[in-house]
Order: sequence, then C-alpha cells, then structure tokens
Amino acid sequence: MTAWRTEGGSAIDRARSLRFTFDGRVIEGFAGDTVASALLAGGVSVLGRSFKYHRPRGLWGAGVEEPNALVDIAGDMPNTRATQALAVDGMAVRSVNADPSAEKDRHAFLDAFARFIPAAFYYKTFMVPDWHSFEPRIRQMAGLGVLDEAIQSPAFAEQINHHCDVLVVGAGPAGLLAARTAQRAGKRVLLCDDGRQVGGSLLFREGAIEGKAGADWAADVAAELAEAGALVLTGTTAFGIYDHHLVGLNQKGADGAPDRLWRVRSTSIVLATGAIERPLPFSNNDLPGIMSAEAALVYLRRFGIVAGRKVMIATNNGLAYETAQALAAAGADVTVVDYRADVPAPAGLRVLKGRTIVSATGRGAVNAVKLSDGSVLETDAVLASGGFTPSVHLYCQAQGKLDWRDDILAFVPGRPVDGVDVVGAAAGDFKLPAEIGATEGREFGIVAAWPKPNSKERVWIDLQNDVTAKDVELAVRENFVSVEHLKRYTTLGMATDQGKTSNVNGLALMAELTGRRIPEVGTTTYRPPFTPVPLASFAGARSGTRMKPLRRLPLEQQHRADGAVFRDYGGWLRPAYYGDGAPDERIQAEARAARNGVALFDGSPLGKIEVIGPDAAPFLDFIYYNTMSTLAPGRCRYGFILTEGGNVYDDGVLVRLDENRFVVSCSSSHVAGVHGLLEEWRQDRFDKRRIFIHNATAEMATLTVTGPKARALMEVLDLGIALDDTALPHMAVVSGVFEGVALRIARISFTGERSYEISVPADRAVALWARLRQAGEAFGARLLGLEALMILRAEKGYIVIGKDTDGTSRPMDFGLTAPLERKKVEFIGRRSLLTEDAALADRRQFVGLEAIDDKGLLPTGAHGIEPSSAGLRSTGYVTSSYFSPALQKPIALGLIERGLSRMGEVIELQHLRQIRRARIVSACAFDEEGSRLHA
Amino acid sequence: MQLFPCPFCGPRSESEFHFGGDAGNHRPEGFRTVTDGEWTAYLYERNNPRGAANEIWMHMTCGEIFRMERDTVHHRVAQSFALGEGDGHDGMAY
Amino acid sequence: MTRHYSVFSLFKEGLRGQKGWQQAWRSPQPKPRYDILIIGGGGHGLATAYYLAKTHNIRNIAIIEKGWLGGGNTGRNTTVVRSNYFFPESTALYEMALKLYEGLGRDLNYNIMLSQRGIITLAHSEAEMEMAARTVNAMQINGTDAELFGIDDVRRVLPLLNVSPQARYPVFGGVWQGRAGTARHDAVAWGYARAADRLGVDIIQSCEVEDFLIEGGRCRGVRTSRGEIRAERTGMVVAGHSSHLATKAGFRLPITSYALQACVSEPIKPVLDTVVLSPGTGTYASQSDKGEMVVGGALDRVPSYGQRGNLPVLEEVVSGLLEMFPSFRQLRLMRQWAGIVDVTPDSSPILGESPLPGLFLNCGWGTGGFKAIPAGGTLLAHLLATGKHHDVSRPFDLDRFSRGRLIDEAAGSGIAH
Repeated sequence: MTAWRTEGGSAIDRARSLRFTFDGRVIEGFAGDTVASALLAGGVSVLGRSFKYHRPRGLWGAGVEEPNALVDIAGDMPNTRATQALAVDGMAVRSVNADPSAEKDRHAFLDAFARFIPAAFYYKTFMVPDWHSFEPRIRQMAGLGVLDEAIQSPAFAEQINHHCDVLVVGAGPAGLLAARTAQRAGKRVLLCDDGRQVGGSLLFREGAIEGKAGADWAADVAAELAEAGALVLTGTTAFGIYDHHLVGLNQKGADGAPDRLWRVRSTSIVLATGAIERPLPFSNNDLPGIMSAEAALVYLRRFGIVAGRKVMIATNNGLAYETAQALAAAGADVTVVDYRADVPAPAGLRVLKGRTIVSATGRGAVNAVKLSDGSVLETDAVLASGGFTPSVHLYCQAQGKLDWRDDILAFVPGRPVDGVDVVGAAAGDFKLPAEIGATEGREFGIVAAWPKPNSKERVWIDLQNDVTAKDVELAVRENFVSVEHLKRYTTLGMATDQGKTSNVNGLALMAELTGRRIPEVGTTTYRPPFTPVPLASFAGARSGTRMKPLRRLPLEQQHRADGAVFRDYGGWLRPAYYGDGAPDERIQAEARAARNGVALFDGSPLGKIEVIGPDAAPFLDFIYYNTMSTLAPGRCRYGFILTEGGNVYDDGVLVRLDENRFVVSCSSSHVAGVHGLLEEWRQDRFDKRRIFIHNATAEMATLTVTGPKARALMEVLDLGIALDDTALPHMAVVSGVFEGVALRIARISFTGERSYEISVPADRAVALWARLRQAGEAFGARLLGLEALMILRAEKGYIVIGKDTDGTSRPMDFGLTAPLERKKVEFIGRRSLLTEDAALADRRQFVGLEAIDDKGLLPTGAHGIEPSSAGLRSTGYVTSSYFSPALQKPIALGLIERGLSRMGEVIELQHLRQIRRARIVSACAFDEEGSRLHA
Repeated sequence: MQLFPCPFCGPRSESEFHFGGDAGNHRPEGFRTVTDGEWTAYLYERNNPRGAANEIWMHMTCGEIFRMERDTVHHRVAQSFALGEGDGHDGMAY
Repeated sequence: MTRHYSVFSLFKEGLRGQKGWQQAWRSPQPKPRYDILIIGGGGHGLATAYYLAKTHNIRNIAIIEKGWLGGGNTGRNTTVVRSNYFFPESTALYEMALKLYEGLGRDLNYNIMLSQRGIITLAHSEAEMEMAARTVNAMQINGTDAELFGIDDVRRVLPLLNVSPQARYPVFGGVWQGRAGTARHDAVAWGYARAADRLGVDIIQSCEVEDFLIEGGRCRGVRTSRGEIRAERTGMVVAGHSSHLATKAGFRLPITSYALQACVSEPIKPVLDTVVLSPGTGTYASQSDKGEMVVGGALDRVPSYGQRGNLPVLEEVVSGLLEMFPSFRQLRLMRQWAGIVDVTPDSSPILGESPLPGLFLNCGWGTGGFKAIPAGGTLLAHLLATGKHHDVSRPFDLDRFSRGRLIDEAAGSGIAH
C-alpha cells in the first residue's frame, strides 16, 4: 500500500505536526491523527502480526471494528486499537505479537506450517507425555500485548450515576435527529458517541441536511442540544445494557486521565449505533493493503490520506461508490470491481461489473488481484465492501431478538423491546433519515458475496484470530455445527474485536456448508462489553480501605496516642496491643496486668441491639437457645443464638434493663446479621407492633474496667451507683450518671476477673476514657488490647465465635444441653437439634488441650489424628492456643471428637506433618470455680 | 443492576435487599411432632421457579420485609406488597 | 477416516488438507427406548455416559440436551480444577475427580489441556493463617497435596501481587495446592462426547425435556420436543435448571439458582502463572493459555435464571483483582458472561436417587461443578448402573438434609464467619 497524504482532512490540524516512533521507526503526522492514520500516511503497511500464524497485517478499518492494528503504547494500555488512539508527539508505539518488529517477525515461519495447525489442532496433540510439558512455550507464543509491570497508576476512574429521559447511543445522523427530537419535546437527553466528534458517518460521507453540509449540521445540532441542557459525551462508548436497562458508558479520559464510567438509567434508550462494513471473502484477503472501503473514505475525508496510487474498489453493494469517486477525485487511479452485473455505472469511473475477486497476491502487501474472469490486475490498495452488519449488540443485550433481512443481507432488530428503539443503520436503514430532508439517496442494492467452501487457498474470516474458511469447513466436517460450537472450536469472533467484522461471514459459510439459511444458523450471544473497557473503569475508587471501609472506634485517636498497634478484627480497626517492643511481651504484660491489678479495655464494637416492648421477653425466648424470659430485670444472662439449621450462629450476654427492655450483645462481626435476624423474626412471627428493635451499637461506646482492682478504680469514678456485690453482683446491670449523662454499668466478664462494662453514649466516650485513665493512674491501670483479651478469655475457656466454633457447631458441643432438655417453647433451630446428626455420639466437642511433649505451644489448626482404613483420619482440631501468663505454660482449646467424655486422655495431633501429643483437659484452665469474678 | 420496589421506600438498587426465600414457606410448629420431612421441606427445599416467582425480601436500609413478584429469567418485577400486620409466617429461612 | 488423535494423524491430515477427520460425534435421531437416559449434555452428563459405557459396559444410552452440548456451565466456568477441601467426604470426591483429570487426556484421546499450575488461596491475617493451617492439615491427613505458604512463598509464585502491609487485605501466606490448576473447559465436554459417541452413546442435541413419563410411581423416561424416549433409569444432570425439571417430576430440591459471573481481559503475554484466590477481595484469577486473565468472584445476590452478567458484582470482582494486582489497571475487560449455578444449603452437590424412583440426580454443584466432572460422571454412572451408591457418593445423597448431615465446606473451614 502506498498511501499518501493529499489535501484536506477535517480531523487534523496541519499547522501542528508531531513525531512518534513505531517499532523504533520515526513517524510524522499531524495533531488529530490517530496512530493508524499517521502510520498509513507514513507508508507503514504492516502494523502487526496475526495471533496464530504471525501473518503480516495492515489496517482494515478506521474505528472500533479494527481487527488487525493493535499496538502497545509505552505508558499506556496494551492492545490499543491504533484506529482509536490519538497520535501524541513523542510517544513510543510498538506492534503486538511481533518480535522484533511487525515488519520482521521471527515467528513468521509459522505460516508455512499452517496446514498442520488448523483450528483446534491443539486438542488433537500435545498429549504425550502431557500438556504441561508443551504449555510454557505455547503460552509464551500466545497473548498479544505486553503488560508494563512498572506502571501502577494511582489515579482512579470516576464513576457517575446519571438519570435521564432519553439516552441516545450514537451521534450519527439518526442519533442526532433522535436526540434533537427528544430535546425539543422537553426531555432530558444524554447523547453519547465513541468518536471524538459528533456526526458519525456525516463526518466522512457527503450529503446535505437541512441545507447544510452534514458535518456542519451535526455540529449545529450538538450545539443546540448542549445549549438546551442536554449532555453530549464524545469519546464515550455505550458498552453494555444490563438489567432494568442500566446502560454502562465508558468515557475516554482526556490527556492521560483515567477513563470514566457512567451508569445511566434512562426512561427510554435510542440505539443509533450504526453498522460495520464486512470484508469480502477471497483468497489471501488478509494481506496488508486490503482495507474497508468505508475506512478508506474516512482516511481520505478525515485525515487527507489517499489509500493508494492504483486503487481497486471491490464491492457487492452501492455504498462503496462514494469511496471510488472520492479517491478518483483525489487523484488515485481507481478501478471498481462490482460483484453485481446489473447496475448503472457512474460516469467517469472504470467499473468491471459482474466480476468478483478470486484471490489477492503480494508479499507483505497486496500487489495484484485475480478476478473471476481470469484477469489479473495490479493494485496497491484493495478497498473492499462486503456489505454492512448493523451494530445490534446493545439491542441483543437488552434481550432483543434478531430478524434476518434478505434484501440487505443482515441481521436487524426484530420484535420491539420495551424502552429501547433502534434507528438508522443499526436498524438496517442505510439511507439518511427522510425527515431531515436529505436529498441524497444511496442505493444499497447488495448481492451475496459469502465465503465459499473448497477454495484452494486460505480465505480469512476472522482476521485477528486467524480463522479461515478452511477452519469453518473443518468444524462442520467434525460436526461442530452449532453456532456456539463453531465459535469455540475455531475461536471465530473471540478476539479482542469480538468478531465485529467476521461473525456474519462465518455464519454464512456455516449455513452454506450445512444446507441451512443464515437465520437458521443463528448468532452467538452478544455479551458486554461492546468494545474492551479498562478494568480500572469498573473498579472506580474501590481500592485500599475504600474497597471495604474499616469501621473505626470513637477512641481511635486516644489509642493511637497510647501507641496502639491496630489490626482488622471482623471489619473493625482495633488495638491489638499497645506500645513498642516485642509484641508477645507487650501482650503478656497486658494480660498480667488484668490478672494482677486493673486494665482498661475498649470494647465498643460489641453489638448492642435493644429489644423493647411488651412481647420482648417471649420474642427473645424464641431467638435464644437459652430461656431468657425468666431473667430478672437488672440481670444479665449468657446465651447462644442458633441458625434454623441448629448450628451456633452467635453468643453473647442478654441484658434485661427492665420488664420490657433488653439489650442483645452480639459479636462485633455479627451485628448486622443479628439485627437482620431479629427484624425478620419480629416481622414474620410476632406482632410487630408489640416489639421494637433498635441497633444501638454505633451510638454507644463500651469501655471495660477489669481486674482485681477494678472495683477500687470504679469507686473513685463517682458514677452515682452502689458498687457493693448486693447492689451490683456479677451478671447484674445498673444505670449510672457521668457528667450528667446516663450510662449503663454491667458486671459482665470476658476475662474471668471482676469486670465493669460501661456503656456510654459515643460522644462521651472520650471524656469517660480520660476519666478512667486518670483514675487508673493511682492503681497502675494498663491498657488492654484485643490480643491480651484473647489470652485471658482462653485461660477461662470462654469461646470466640468463628474461632472456637464453626458453622457446624451445635450448642451441645459446648456442654450446654439444659435448654434442649428442659426448655418448653420453640426457639430458632430447635427442630434441627433433633436430627440424626445432632444426636451423633462422635460429635466434636469443646475441650482444653494440654501439650505434654515439651515442644511448646500447640499450633492452632493442628488436627487430632487417628489411624483409619485410609491411613489417617482427623478427630478435630486446635482452635485457640496461647502461652498463659497466669499459669506460665501453654494452653490450648479445641474441638475434639467426644472430647467432653475423654478428659485426661492423651491424643496425637498433626501439624504440617509433625506429630504432637496432648492431654484432653477442661476448657477452663484458670480459676475453674470462678472465685475471681467476685474477688 | 436491578431496581426493586420497596413498598415503603420506592425503587432501590438490588444491593440494598436481602433475599428471604419463597413466600408462603410456613414454619412447621411443634418441634416434638414435626417430621424430618416437614422440617426439611421448610428449611431446605425451595420452589426456585424458572419464570414467575413469589418471594420474600428484606429492604435492609429500612429493615422492612415485603413480598415481591418477579420473573427470574427476564428479571421483570411485577409488583411488591407490604406484609399484613402480624399475619407473619411467610418465610425467611436460614 | 482418521479417528485417532495424535501428532502423526495431525501431520498426515495436514498433508491432505485436514479433510479426513471423522466427526467428533454423530447427530443421531433419538430412539424410542434406551437402557439408560441422561438429561443434560454438559460435562457431568457426558462423563456419566462415557463411564457407563466404558466401566459398566452399558452401551444403549442416550444423552439429551436442550441446546448444544457443553453449552451450560461447562462452557461458562473459569476452568479451575482443584481438590483443596476440608472434609474427608469432599476430599474423596474432588480428589477422585482430580486423579481422573490427571489421566483424562490420554484416556479420552483428547487434549483437555490440564495445566497443573497450582492454586494459592491467600490468607490476609494471622487468624486466617490459623484457618489456612487447619485446612492444610486436613488436606494432608485426608490424603491430598497441600502446603502452608508463608509470605515469601506467595511472593515467589505471584511476583506481581500487592503484598504491601498497608494493603486493605495484606497477605500473610496461604494454602497451596500444587496439583490444582486449569483445564480447557470445552475440551472436557468435547473429549467426553467424542469418546462416549465412539462407544455407541447417542448424543441428541436440541432436544428439550417437556415432561417425565411417570408410570407405576416410577420414572419411565421423558417426553421431549423430539418425541417420547423411554428408559428404566434416567439421570438428571442439568445444574441450574434442576429445580425446574424437578417440578415437572413432582418434587422440590434444596437448590436455589443464581447467576455466577466471570470475565476475561484482553490477551497479554504471560504474567500470572498460578491460580490465585483472595478471600478478602472475593476475587480469583488465572491467566489462560491464550493470554486472557480469567476472573471470577462471588455469586450475584438475586436468584436468577438469566444467563447474563451485571454491573454490581462485576465492579466488585474487578476492583478485587486490581487491589491484588495493581499493574492490571492497564488491562481491559474483553468479555463478561454468567452461568446459572445450582446452590445447595451446604454448597455441596447432590448425588443419588431422587424422590421419584428411577430418576437419579447429579446436581447442586453450585460454583464448583467443572472441577468435579470426572467424579460426578463416575459416581452417577455407578448409581445408574447398579442402583446403589458408590462409597464416595453416599454422603452426598439427598437424605443428608433430613438427617442434618450437611457437608458445609465454608462452615467447616471458617469462611462463613
């Protein structure tokens, strides 16, 4: 192809030239050039190599449909379509799938072996010794562009939700008209187009509208729309229609900014998405220099480029004549090969009627074609039009069904889809809309020119994936006759262009081979996105903590000032421990302080869900495994909440504030779940007017004073409450006052020490914490992080849901059998506790495990093992394991088969193939009688 | 993204809703007399219709449970209803 | 006609224009009666027919498929094969499948492209490392390969992974199964179909079941869009459509159907050599031999039979991928799709006779059916041939729900919490 720059070119600014490199070679162009147009004007005919055979490939198209010209632009994304990338001064562009360059590719030899590697050949070989021994080399050969591992763009794509009355996709003549009509009717309109300018075909096809040149009319309509408040987005691709007509748009970012994702909800959608020209099937129709006739018109009118000196226009329809006439006028030597015999030829053009191209020849670029009459014509550019395929992708995604039209040889939208209109070329109407007074009619008059079987040489169907007519024939021969099988077996339509230029030719050949009509063959499913969309657009700002924001404590700043080391616990950012130094030492010291003196703990994430109303007590009897209605006001009770499947879902202390008011405490990671569960049962099973549920977790901070000196510290706080054990015994709750604000003090202990759990409105947490810190100084109070708390509770054998339980745990596994035996009323999951599984003797039960092999801590996650017929079997596992500061030895908890009836037994445990020995002991390793709770 | 009509809040994004199972999935009462089969039917078996569905949903942002009729193939929502006061037993299973 | 696949036959066919290949399978007319009928021409159905013919020597078999074979979840999954399960029942099942996969290419004479490139399930905290240890130990005790990876091991197999301690989901290590990997999904379906066809199995596509023939309280076959087909034993292997057919057979199943989405990026040169799953982000990914990133994640929220993707889950899955691999911000999404998966309460499959005698079930695989195809086929074939459970399938009978003996992997390995 010896393309050359002539005059004109509405897209480029000749006053501003630019230079960039392609495969190291310097290319000159103008501002407004695409990479493709600059390469074309620069005489580069080979822009890349095909996926499989590494055939040299040139430009086919001028837009989204381009199958060949993929490039890697340094600093940008791999596999960029050269037809859509704006040329930028100084950029470095590389061809993809070519080494060292598109021109000279060391894998070009593969084409010589093409006959041995047809479609799907890989399913028939590489089995001995196994696939994996061939795979690395094949992987290296596959792929297209190269990821630049160094690029880690920190910029996030914006995501915009937008609502409008009418969304018009495509700003060609039909789309502009639809948008203007809607706008004038007072609708809120969004018009988008994937081009850099509105106008679509008006930018390169001739035709006056309303007395103006098409491009001027387009600009005026866009201006009118913008003026009236419509949103007009260029460089914006509608890539998918999703449920309930949500439309996804990807807007190209300007000047290197990330693209932007729009989620548009529109009352109605107008699809004016145009049509895409099909290649003509003839031998070697993939040679560089063979280009879409419409694309050649784009390059001429938009970029001032004439595609060749000796140009052949090959067409089976009337639309290519505009290209022929324009190129002839621009000085090219034009010959038209019209596949139709019976058409009037325009004056001044050399037209060979009723002939077809049989084959093209040339090395690296086309230099001649052979016609059906046997003649051979020299040419340096074959501009082909095999008809047009309406872009019906979005219509199909909206669950539309296609009809086949024999008069235009194309699938068009069939039955209407609610809220979706298809207009213009996308609907198979290739003329300008009549109502805008278009004077110029184009006679389409297409005749079939489908690929034929049994051609001697290769006729390409899918250019990017190297699927030829022979491959389709092979698929049919092997009975891959479903259209989806054809696609998958040959990979037709599965390349990055998703078959925009190839699918219909493939279907037509399949129809011919199987004796069916094209609509009987059908199409594959149209899946989003219409063109590839940056992953970053979908991610938006979801990154780091914005992916799933961590919940934060009201006292976070105070903890930071105290040197807290924070960790994520069930979505809450909490102090794991305080201070510098070896974490284990800090944690042990904190735990010792709670045992020996007094410690302060921020337990604010603890779930606090209030249940209020006359039916609250029977309601909670149903919710809990344990009987709760017998709880006296002012008292607290520990209990389980089960799933209906009878598994332990959560545990916690229920607080009864008064006759009709309770507070459900639940695990911090289960607050939403427990709240939802309470609401569901309230509304589903009870008189919902007699129960009110309020999640107070976030509005109340919970600060705990724990340790033998806890009471002494509480005394000095002066919260207006009596602290003696008759007024406030263990598992009781009272109301106090702090700086004029009511708070709640409960004697609930998760450490095994005397503890006061103070719940205070979150906005007073800072003040109360400061007061506690100040009062604590006299007692040497230490701050207690979550890690030390975990040790303290483990010494006591208190469970942590999700650590010492799992989704298969049942309440009896923890020795809690009384409610099942004695409770009179229904509760969640009760019937499931009467199943065969619940009654099994070999259930895993919660016990303590004492290492007896002097090898230190038992690893959490180690399994109890027993010999079995298969070798070994697991009898359970270690769920928690710590060095106990109180006992000065390792302790562990676990779920072990029949553990509760095997106290004292020694078992073997396995961890990463190492064997450990441990004795089954009580889960409570410290102060089993609980005397310290009252000390 | 589907839009579901909460009877209290109007159309809202599907991400605000929690699926609660088949409408009319009554919890069998009387744990001593309920058979394994009845309990299994309630707890595990589902209509799971291909096409018209009649389901219970919770709108998590307002906390209300309601009934919704929709199509599971085309995702068209026919209508939604607030549940009657206290008549309950419409299903949410775990 | 060339039947056997090998490098030699490919060469020979190359010399004569690839014109001598035999059909991969025939397109027979349905006969009125078969010994055994299988509904559903996906991987599990095709494998069932193959093992019935090969192992049990029953040749008078038909598979009926309403669309095109392999067109359901078999052709829509992310091609991962693995057996990294917690419970011994699950390990026995998925390990049976993985072992069969390891010899399947040669068994079927079809390159299924089994690529044992390993899978790493990441652990994002010390607590998750403890859970990872629990899983690794379970796998080792139950007789499958597993290793507990520390952060350095993870770095070695995933050089592009974001392992910053400041990441939202920092990486501490994970569970590694080296024998896991990927297989070419279409090839598995086609390979079984071709091999079953060679053994005389009739594969009947575009044949939709309209109703069951129930006589004397037993399933005696089906009425289809292509006429009545009778068989004394029928296997139903229709994944996400199981509930729909069960309704026609007069029973309900503990199954809810959801869309499971997946997507691929544009192809690039190799940068990701293993399968990786991040429980924190909920995203898993591998790079196909073609160079595409194959990415999946969680189920859609809404029960559905609509085989199409949507935006909310896609956005979450993709953002998870970019959080794991920041340099993948340069990639574009090329195609998204969805399959309809049949999710049971414990996410384990159902294998066994249905409440309608004579009708046997293979369903409920949820998101994990592809990796189990050889085992699902072997076990259903055993059931259909003998009327009895194989030891491996017994725990997965439908009766486990009334017995309360669920096999809840997520619950057992702590994922549910």
